[in-house]
Amino acid sequence: MSAILFDRIDEPGLATIDVYTRRGGYSALRKALAMPREAIIEELKVSGLRGRGGAGFSMGTKASFIPGAEIDKYLVCNADESEPGTFKDRELMQKKPHQLIEGMIISAYAVGANRSFIYIRGEYVLQAEMLERAIAEAKQAGHLGENIHGSGFSLDLVLQRGAGAYICGEETGLLDSLEGKRGNPRLKPPFPANEGLYKGPTLINNVETLATVPPIIEMGGAEYAKLGVENSAGTKLVSVSGNVQRPGNYEIELGISSREIIFGLAGGPEAGRSVKLWFPGGSSSPALTADDLDIPYDFDSLAKAGSMLGSGAIIVVDDSVRVVDVALKLASFYRHESCGKCTPCREGTNWTVNMLERVQSGEATPMDLDIIASVQEQIIGNCLCVLGDAMAMPVGSLVAKFRPEFEAHIEAARERNGLGASQPAVEQPVLTI
Amino acid sequence: MSEVTRFTHGSRIPGWDQSTDPSKPAAAIPDPATTPVPEKLRAAIEAEIAKYPERRSALIPALHHAQEHHGWCSPEAIEQVACVMRLTPGEVAAVVTFYDMFESKPVGKNTIYVCTNISCSLNGGDRILAAMRNAAGDDPDFNIRGFECLGACDMAPMASVNGEYVGPLTDEDCSQVIAQLTAGETPLPAKQLSLRPCADAAGRTGGDGQ
Repeated sequence: MSAILFDRIDEPGLATIDVYTRRGGYSALRKALAMPREAIIEELKVSGLRGRGGAGFSMGTKASFIPGAEIDKYLVCNADESEPGTFKDRELMQKKPHQLIEGMIISAYAVGANRSFIYIRGEYVLQAEMLERAIAEAKQAGHLGENIHGSGFSLDLVLQRGAGAYICGEETGLLDSLEGKRGNPRLKPPFPANEGLYKGPTLINNVETLATVPPIIEMGGAEYAKLGVENSAGTKLVSVSGNVQRPGNYEIELGISSREIIFGLAGGPEAGRSVKLWFPGGSSSPALTADDLDIPYDFDSLAKAGSMLGSGAIIVVDDSVRVVDVALKLASFYRHESCGKCTPCREGTNWTVNMLERVQSGEATPMDLDIIASVQEQIIGNCLCVLGDAMAMPVGSLVAKFRPEFEAHIEAARERNGLGASQPAVEQPVLTI
Repeated sequence: MSEVTRFTHGSRIPGWDQSTDPSKPAAAIPDPATTPVPEKLRAAIEAEIAKYPERRSALIPALHHAQEHHGWCSPEAIEQVACVMRLTPGEVAAVVTFYDMFESKPVGKNTIYVCTNISCSLNGGDRILAAMRNAAGDDPDFNIRGFECLGACDMAPMASVNGEYVGPLTDEDCSQVIAQLTAGETPLPAKQLSLRPCADAAGRTGGDGQ
């Protein structure tokens, strides 16, 4: 497989417009500006490119939802990258900022947006500086601004730094933040394609998705679709971290085995340790176990296994770690990051942490595990955004898959604290409405 | 676990459980004639406003500038931002308290975020936070916070030292960071993110060796 996003990634100076242009950069832009807008969207559809931020929605289809009318339209690049375990956009923005900018100009041209924004998380100081410099260079070279290369198309690009809030990676929370407000998610519909930034039609895509646009225009959608497997075309950046020997970003062709990524590329856990569980798509994806290592790494296979590809962040946990600690760590994060707008998320994340603390300290009984499981079920699908689900899915899956370990932990802790054996778990009555 | 308290049970708005004086009129948009704003800060905020179709969009960049100027988002800083942005102090304070990077209490001039999220904690992030706190002692110049995932799990356990990402850290590195900052030096120059090559080493540096 030849690299598409990580091609020459560590070449010195690639972040400058000179080297990037010498390596063929901005030729896709000239090609795109000579194409009709519909043809670009068609190429994106044919390519099968699915959003790389987490939801996995077809980019071409999303772009085709933007109305064609002559009104103010916006393109927003989601560079908030806050999903625990994800750090792929960071490397792209730092080392290939121009590929992102080129992708944004082509995408904005395709949907007729004249203003574009990159919303980058506030913690990424170095990456924001690299982008600012690259934007200035692109303006200087006439790739941004009025009447780009005589095409009659004009585009303004503004970089905004966030200020530390996970929820601003949620597209409507991001829009509120970009409008200078608290980053509370909005009710959908209306979707951003109809009513987004400043109530105008807005196309929002992840950094990696937009950076894939120039190669697709260059090679053609049909050629790109040959990479990967059915319903999961192309290459994907995966961030592998946790208990592995060679953590980092790797570009893979979708559909290779997960074992190949975790062991072949990232080196697996250190000698003498084995994989206990792993999250295939960031900390909000349901956990998988060592039995699932041979699942092909693509959208459909992971969904079939009950999890998701998400942002492509693989977090590996080895057998030296207690699953109770993992569950509590995750739940505490989502409690902290819940914006508080929807009750199931605000209260659900809070009480899940309280219950898991009881489990950890040994005050709980196995019945608490049933309550934890039922709280997770009641969060999923009941909020404006998926932050609550993002806790409920991994925590629910950990309790379901590692219940004997949770119970053993509770019994051992009770004995240590002199509390005696807990009552046997009570069969929950099933309520049907 | 992060100790940033955005959440208290009952509400996310700090002060929700403190009584207010309903007889007091709500604070209005500060009057430019009676609100002195440092010229540099005003110019920076106005430059931000000019970038956007709607001026309120510049609020978060404006607060970054104000925090840089004042060291924290003090009531005075909020008043000044509100004045230039043409918002009420309440509207500005509501945004300040939402975001983790805005400080609503005075803090030391050196800010260190130690990541204590899942991938870093699997590699000893919580221990690094304790070591960092230990090394700084009660020096008021240091603002050390356990922070959520900073997006650098490949260099876990890591920290952001005045915005510079460094890692993977050992306990000894923590005392070195504190010593270097105290001496006004760059923290751990050999462990900075900007020097880190891509892990995907399969010849991604360019085929012709240039």
